[in-house]
Amino acid sequence: MKLWIAFWNILIKDMRTYYLKPPNISWGLIFPLAWTGMFFIKSGSALGSIQTLLPGVVAISILFGTTSMLAVTVTFEKKNRSFERLLLAPIPLEILMLAKTGGAILFGVANAFVPVAMAAFLIELSQVVWRAFIPAVFLIAVASTFLGLFIAVAVSEVFEAQTFSNFFRFPMIFLCGLFFPVEKLPVFLKPVSYALPLTYGADVLHGAVHGGHAMPFSLDLALLSAFCVGLFAVSLHNIRRRWII
Amino acid sequence: MPWRRQGAHLRPAEAPEMTDTIAVEGLRKCFAEVEAVSEISFSVSQGELFGFLGPNGAGKTTTINMLTGLARPDSGTICIGGIDCTGNPRAAQHLVGVVPDESNLYPELTGFGNLCFCSALHGLRKAERQARAQELLDVFGLTEAADRKFGGYSKGMKRKLTIAAGIIHKPEILFLDEPTTGIDVASARQLRQLIADLHQAGTTIFLTTHYIEEAERLCDRIAFIVSGRIVRIDTVENLVQPMQVKHVVQLTCENALSDMLTRLSESFPDLKFEDSGKGLIRVEGDEPIRVGPLVRFLEDQGGEVSEARRMRPSLEDVFVRITGIEADAMRKEKEKAGGGQ
Repeated sequence: MKLWIAFWNILIKDMRTYYLKPPNISWGLIFPLAWTGMFFIKSGSALGSIQTLLPGVVAISILFGTTSMLAVTVTFEKKNRSFERLLLAPIPLEILMLAKTGGAILFGVANAFVPVAMAAFLIELSQVVWRAFIPAVFLIAVASTFLGLFIAVAVSEVFEAQTFSNFFRFPMIFLCGLFFPVEKLPVFLKPVSYALPLTYGADVLHGAVHGGHAMPFSLDLALLSAFCVGLFAVSLHNIRRRWII
Repeated sequence: MPWRRQGAHLRPAEAPEMTDTIAVEGLRKCFAEVEAVSEISFSVSQGELFGFLGPNGAGKTTTINMLTGLARPDSGTICIGGIDCTGNPRAAQHLVGVVPDESNLYPELTGFGNLCFCSALHGLRKAERQARAQELLDVFGLTEAADRKFGGYSKGMKRKLTIAAGIIHKPEILFLDEPTTGIDVASARQLRQLIADLHQAGTTIFLTTHYIEEAERLCDRIAFIVSGRIVRIDTVENLVQPMQVKHVVQLTCENALSDMLTRLSESFPDLKFEDSGKGLIRVEGDEPIRVGPLVRFLEDQGGEVSEARRMRPSLEDVFVRITGIEADAMRKEKEKAGGGQ
């Protein structure tokens, strides 16, 4: 019960302090809108292209919302030493970090449904396989958040967190099959693509929205889950090594 | 089972046998090539107020970090409240409250919100959290600032709230890292009283400070730490005792005649008299000095004795002799680094 009280209060505090602030809410709305508009204008095609753009925009909304927010908030708390207060609490490190990342995961999931809600006004979404789409959104949010955590542990300044986040995020936009199919990538880039978690998330999203996916949903989701577990384990290891020095 | 310390040389002979709440043996910590803490051993008994006194960079905060689970020792053992924390530095955190050297609460939360959040981290239920937060805001005189954001508090208010956050879950053991550094005299005085009250209530307190008078006034026992090494641990009384080779009394005498010192020397040949100016006469003897005959003699001679004070060496004298560090230099160094009282 005590653990649950601590977990819940860390999650709620972060949601109120960081994620439910007007600048973040507006970022969560404007960012997907801008991406959708940009690709829609560039494609020059009719409303039908939204269906092929939607998975990429959903994935990017999650990726940008979660990685930078978590990396920045954790680095900020580490810098002003308020994170020490959490490390001094009698909570297992795993539970503590799950509480700390929980807010970013929920923020990422909420971000994902902004473009979906926009698309619902423009196209028919009844063909979407929601039983694949929703787990994929959740797992992409988890993987992106844990990537943010990994970044936060690796840096010590807030600006470094932003820079380091971009180092991962921008290549992922082009390498993970969000807007350009992985099969069309040069041969030497394909292994890099398969080493990125978002590739599997994007594959499920494409499959769920318009049926074009390269691997079975179950395999994609299993690999994405494995990335989540791996990133979390590595981050915890790094926290123990770097922060409890 | 309580853990018992083995290095008996660290405990004053007359101290009663008590269970050790904190027990440290051969603790060592290096950062790159620098040895921050060098094989220190000490123990703190239940309910004791233990002072850790040393200059900047002596290893005080590193020691606290190792004891509270924020740092991992390179070697040595740590036992907190009977729990061996050597392998798992965070194992005893439910017993411990920590007040760090810098206020580290959340600037965007209110005073009340910060206290409620900190108590939630220790699993207190909502009603209990709110009651305890309100109680501590009252105790620390922060009720009126309860709904203001912590980021807007003054330095003294921040310090008080940080201490309140450290004790919100009523810890058995409290670590205070330089609690009065950088705050005004009135707030420092109030904080010292609060520390004394917590000690009175039975909390085991581990206090680091560079203010010698603070350690002297508050602590049951004191460890001097210099360059990562503990150079001495004892009670204030036992630390001062060996310095007291001579017995000194200072008399304040109005209307003293010019040849008063000569007359005193003739009448009390075993004592040495010295005019310290402004009516102060310093009396020094090899044996304890009886003040009554001196006062009577001076008054018979027409003097008016307004005060007689037995002088003893201060802890500052002891610190300077043992460590070779001037206390004043230590204070100035700290103030330069951003502290100051």
